[in-house]
Amino acid sequence: MSETAVDLDRRRFLTGTAAIIGGLGAATAAVPFIASFQPSARAKAIGAPVEADISTIEPGQQVTFKWRGKPVWVLRRTPEQIEALKATDGPALGDPESAKSEQPEFAANAWRSSKPEFLVLVGVCTHLGCSPSFRPLPDADTGPTWKGGYFCPCHGSKFDLAGRVFAGVPAPTNMTVPPYKYLSDTRILIGESDGGSA
Amino acid sequence: MSLITKGLTGLRDWVDDRFPLVQLWNDHMGAYYAPKNFNFWYYFGVLSLVVLVIQIVTGIWLVMNYKPDATLAFASVEYIMRDVEWGWLIRYMHSTGASFFFIVVYLHMFRGIMYGSYKQPRELIWILGMFIYLSLMAEAFFGYLLPWGQMSFWGAQVITSLFGAIPVVGQSLAELIRGDYVISDTTLNRFFSFHVIALPFAIAGLVVLHIIALHEVGSNNPDGVEIKKLKDKDGKPLDGIPFHPYYTVKDSVGVVVFLMLFSAVVFFAPEMGGYFLEANNFIPADPMKTPLHIAPVWYFTPFYSILRANTYPFLGVDAKLWGVIFMGLGTMVFFLLPWLDRSPVKSIRYRGALYKSALGIFVVCFVILGYLGILPVTDGRTLVAQICTVLYFLFFILMPFYTKWDKTKPVPERVTH
Amino acid sequence: MGQDQAGTGKGDALMKTFIFALCLMGWAGLVSANVAGPALLESHASLDSKNNLQRGARTFVNYCLSCHSASYMRYSRLADDLGLTKEAVAQNLMFTTDKIGNPMQVAMKPADAEQWFGVPPPDLSVIARARGADWLYSFLMGFYQDEKRPTGSNNLYFPTTAMPAVLSRLQGIQVLKPAAEGDAAHDGGHGGHAGPTLELAMAGTMSPEEYATTVRDLVSFMVYLGEPAKLVRYRIGFWVIAFLFVLFIATYLLKKEYWKDVH
Repeated sequence: MSETAVDLDRRRFLTGTAAIIGGLGAATAAVPFIASFQPSARAKAIGAPVEADISTIEPGQQVTFKWRGKPVWVLRRTPEQIEALKATDGPALGDPESAKSEQPEFAANAWRSSKPEFLVLVGVCTHLGCSPSFRPLPDADTGPTWKGGYFCPCHGSKFDLAGRVFAGVPAPTNMTVPPYKYLSDTRILIGESDGGSA
Repeated sequence: MSLITKGLTGLRDWVDDRFPLVQLWNDHMGAYYAPKNFNFWYYFGVLSLVVLVIQIVTGIWLVMNYKPDATLAFASVEYIMRDVEWGWLIRYMHSTGASFFFIVVYLHMFRGIMYGSYKQPRELIWILGMFIYLSLMAEAFFGYLLPWGQMSFWGAQVITSLFGAIPVVGQSLAELIRGDYVISDTTLNRFFSFHVIALPFAIAGLVVLHIIALHEVGSNNPDGVEIKKLKDKDGKPLDGIPFHPYYTVKDSVGVVVFLMLFSAVVFFAPEMGGYFLEANNFIPADPMKTPLHIAPVWYFTPFYSILRANTYPFLGVDAKLWGVIFMGLGTMVFFLLPWLDRSPVKSIRYRGALYKSALGIFVVCFVILGYLGILPVTDGRTLVAQICTVLYFLFFILMPFYTKWDKTKPVPERVTH
Repeated sequence: MGQDQAGTGKGDALMKTFIFALCLMGWAGLVSANVAGPALLESHASLDSKNNLQRGARTFVNYCLSCHSASYMRYSRLADDLGLTKEAVAQNLMFTTDKIGNPMQVAMKPADAEQWFGVPPPDLSVIARARGADWLYSFLMGFYQDEKRPTGSNNLYFPTTAMPAVLSRLQGIQVLKPAAEGDAAHDGGHGGHAGPTLELAMAGTMSPEEYATTVRDLVSFMVYLGEPAKLVRYRIGFWVIAFLFVLFIATYLLKKEYWKDVH
C-alpha cells in the first residue's frame, strides 16, 4: 500500500459529489418510468369529451350518457323542481355551499349547474361508488316528505335534485358535477368547460 | 456519532443479529480480495449484471402494455412506441439492451478464454457461465417472437422446424414446442411465459450461483497467477485488494462509460442499421408470405452459418440434420474447454505462438461466420463458411495437442502491470 | 492504469493469421451477389422543417388515406408534433372521422380492398421503417405507363405492384426506356450494365422539380409517421450523454483518489 497519508477529506468530498450526481441521474432516469403510468394517448382519446344532444329531453326526464366509463345524467328539471331547490326549510344538507364537493366553478350554487333548467351529474354515489337511482317522487325508500332526488340502494345515501347530499347519510359530499359547456341550446359537451377540461 | 449514524448502526446490528448481513458484506465486498491487476477485460462481468438489471426493469414496464396475442401484439408494440408516455424510450432500452447483452457477454467469455479463467479450480464457474449463455440465447429467441413481425414469425418458424430434423421424434417435437402445426397464437403465449417468467428466474438464479462459485475460489487475473498462494502476515493475498472500495469505485467508472455508449445507441441509432431492430420486423407477421431473406439476429449468426455450411449428407444422415448437430455442437463444445486445455499455463501472456495462432484463427473464423450469417447464401460464401467451420472445430479438437506442445513462458510469482 | 491490452506480444503468429483473415473476408465480400433491382434514388427526406412535414401530411391525407390507413397515428398527435392547432387539423386533415383523438383509419374494408386490388393496401404507419425513405421515394417517382397491367401502370422499383399511379396527375405520365445496348457503363456496383430508365412522356400539373419536392415532403412525413419520437430523441440524447460525461469526471476522480493506495 502507499506511504503517503490518506486524504480522508478529499475522499469524502469526491464520494459525496459522485453520489449526488449519480443520485440526480438515477432520479431523472426514474422519471420516464413513473411518467409512463399516466393515461396514454389512447386512454385520453377514449376519455375525450362527449357531445350530448339534449334537444329531446322532456321536462322532468333524465337521460344517461357515458363519459370516461361512467354514467353522466342530464336531468331537465321542471320549474317546480327548480323552485323547490331554493327552499331553505327542507331537511339539512351535508354540504349546502358545495365547499367540500367537486364541481366546476359555475356549479357552486343552489341548482349546481350553469343553467337551472338542466342538471348534469356524474351518476356515481360519493360514498363508495355505486350508481344511485333517480327518485323524482316520494316512495317507500325516500319517505313521504321527499321533494325528489336520488337514492343510493347500496347504503341508503340520499341526494336532492341538485345532487346535494343530505346530512346524516353515509355519503360525505355532493355528487360530482363534471366540467361541461353548452355548444348550443341543444348540445352540451361533457368533459370540457370554458375554464379548461378535466 | 451523530443521531442518524447511531440509528443506522443500530438498525444494522439488529438485522445482523438475525441475518448474516455483515458477514455477507465482508465475504463478498469489504473483505473479498481481488487481484489488483484487473484490466479493461474485467469490466464485462459487472456490465453483464448492469444489462441484466436494465432488461428486467424495462421488461417489467413493457409487459404493462404489451399484449401477447397474435392479433394484438404488433399493434401493442406500436401503442407503446406512440401512445404510452415515454414508451418509445423504454422499448428502445430493451431492444438495445438485448444486443448489448450479447456484446458484453461475448467479450466476458473471451476474457475467460484469454486468461484461462476456466481452468482448475474455476471449471464450475465456467460451466455455470455456459448455462447462463445458453439460457440467454433461449431468452433472446423467445423474446424475439413477441413483436410478431415478419422476422419474428419466420425466424421462429425456421428454428422450431430445425427440431423437425431430428429423426423419428422430430416432427412431434416441433409440434410440441409450437403447440400447433405452425407458429401461432398458442406459440406466442407460451414463448411470452418463457421469456417473462421462466427464463428470467433461471438466469437470475444461475447468475447468483456463478458469483458464489467465483467468490469461493477467488478471481483469476490477466497473468493467471493465483494470488492466494502468497499472503501477508494478516492472511491477506499480497497481490489482492478488497473489492470494496477499490473495485466498486473502478467499476462505477466503467458503468458510466458503458451507459454513455448505451445511450448513444438508444437515442441516436436504436435500429443500428437494421441489426438491432430489423427492417422486416416492421411488417406484421404474415403466415402466407415468407420474406425474401430470413436471417437470425446478429448474435446468432455464427451458429447459423455453421448450420448452413452443412450441405453434404453422409453416413446415412441428411445435410439438414448434420447442420443441426454441428450447430448444437458449436455451442456445446465450449463446455469442454477446461478439460481440452492441457497447458500448464493459464494466461495467453505466457503461452507460445502455437496457442496464440490457434486462438487468433478461431476468433477470425468466428467473426467471419458471424458476418456470413447475415448474408444470403452463394456457392462461394458456403465454401468460406465450410472452411471456417472446420477451423472452428479444429480449435477445440486439436487443443489437447497444441496446448501440450505449446512453448510456454515462465509464469511470475507476483502479478505484473 | 495503463494495463496490458489483450494481444500484447502476439507478434508474428497473429499478424499472419490476421492477414489470412483479411483475405478470407475479402474473398467473402467479392463473392457476394449484385444488389437486386435498379439503384435507389436519394430521397433527401428530413424531419427538420415542420412546414415541409405539414405539406407532406396534406399530400398524404389527400392521396394516400383513401386506400391506406395509418392506424397507429392519431390526429391529435399530428397537431402537437407538426405545430398545428387542433382546429387546423380537423379542418384540413380529418376526412374520415370527427374526433381529434382518433387514429388515421381508412373507410375501405379489407375484404373489398382485396377484391378490388388483389391484396389489401398495407397500413402505412411504419412503412418507412420497413422499406426505408429512399425506397419509398424511388417508388413514388418510379411509376410508368404499362398497358399490360390491370391498373395501366407499373413501377420500376416494385414490378407488378397492385397500386395504381395515384400521383400521375401531379407527376405526369412516364414511359419505360429499355436498357441501352452494348453500353458497358458500370452503375457503381460490381460490374452491372446501365439499367432501363424512365422518361416523362406527358407533363402533369407539377414540374419535375415541384413533384420531386412534393414527394420528398411526403416521404419525410412518412418517416415521421413511422417514428414520431424521432423528433425528440436526438435532443434528449445529447443531454443524457452530456450529463453522463459529467458523472464520468466525478467517478473518475474518485477512482483515481482511491487507487493511489494501490501499488
